[in-house]
Amino acid sequence: MPPDSPPVAILALQHPTSTPPGLIALFVAFAKISLAGFGGVLVWARRGIVDQRRWMTADEFNETYALCHFLPGPNIVNLSVVFGSRFRGIPGAAAAFTGLLGPPVVIVTILAALYAQFGEIDALRRILAGVSCAAVGLLMSAVFRMMMPLVKRRDLVGLVVLAAVFIAIGLMRQPLAAVLLVAIPLSIAITFAMRKRGAA
Amino acid sequence: MNSDNNPVWALVSTFGLMSLFAVGGGNAAIPEMHRVAVDVHHWMTDKQFADVFAIAQMSPGPNVLIVTLIGYGVAGVAGALAATLAMCGPTAVLAYYVGRLLTRSSHSRWPAIIQAALVPLSIGLMGASALILALTSDRTSVAAFVTGASAVLAFTTRLNPFWLLLAGGVLGFAGFIG
Repeated sequence: MPPDSPPVAILALQHPTSTPPGLIALFVAFAKISLAGFGGVLVWARRGIVDQRRWMTADEFNETYALCHFLPGPNIVNLSVVFGSRFRGIPGAAAAFTGLLGPPVVIVTILAALYAQFGEIDALRRILAGVSCAAVGLLMSAVFRMMMPLVKRRDLVGLVVLAAVFIAIGLMRQPLAAVLLVAIPLSIAITFAMRKRGAA
Repeated sequence: MNSDNNPVWALVSTFGLMSLFAVGGGNAAIPEMHRVAVDVHHWMTDKQFADVFAIAQMSPGPNVLIVTLIGYGVAGVAGALAATLAMCGPTAVLAYYVGRLLTRSSHSRWPAIIQAALVPLSIGLMGASALILALTSDRTSVAAFVTGASAVLAFTTRLNPFWLLLAGGVLGFAGFIG
């Protein structure tokens, strides 16, 4: 921390949670984060929670997000629940959850109705075809970004597990539940064995 | 299962179950959604699935809201709400309890091991999503080029994704995608 920071800023950084947000503040914060989040909400969640409101330090945010990443379901929905409950219990979780999902669900439902009405219009179909091509590219880049740490670490076991899941789901089109029932215990066992060997 | 005569119940049971198996976020569940919505229940065609994926990516909010669009197509507003709550509700309850549990015993090493074990799985699932969607969207060489260019630009630059989606939409409107 730079020595010339004003004392108020130091206090705010060290005790980002000194004034726990209220229910309305939680709802509004997550609604704003959600509505800003084109193509993924995570970046905006980090900005809103850590940089703008200082409700968490960067490390606290990373730990909370890591927890939400290994829970099933949409990460960011999990994050809203874990975050909200940490400050205000069940009502806090409900406020953050409805803030995150309520406003966009209204918007998406309206878009769904428009699509049902006008989806057959040729110009709209052409636009959507173009958007979905670009969107698939975005998804690919997210996959590559997530793969980079494994490639850099030469994590061969991780890459083999990754490829096995990719083949089972992407090429062989096996049901998700069946693949995961095999892959999750297997991957945990391998990771555990590798760490034990690394520690010994 | 009376899913044939009550579509809302079919949505709730389908997405409620999927919610608990969707490791690695909403996008990792795309192949399973595609399999269920197109192949198993015949709720929509391949093309419609690619369309709702595009709409979900373009709209604000978490990308998991693709289930809202699928739900609307099956049973209107009730279907949209049912699918959204089924996909987000069970996992939210689980997140609440696990979050409380782990903040109490944060010195255990199991969270780290489980997390490390799940990382390659979730990347593999997302890769499979990208493949399945590329196969449904990229029917021409120009379309495949747009996907490739968008992937490279998003990977190598810090461009806001919205501009790439907009560029795709403009090219589509101009009739280049087909």
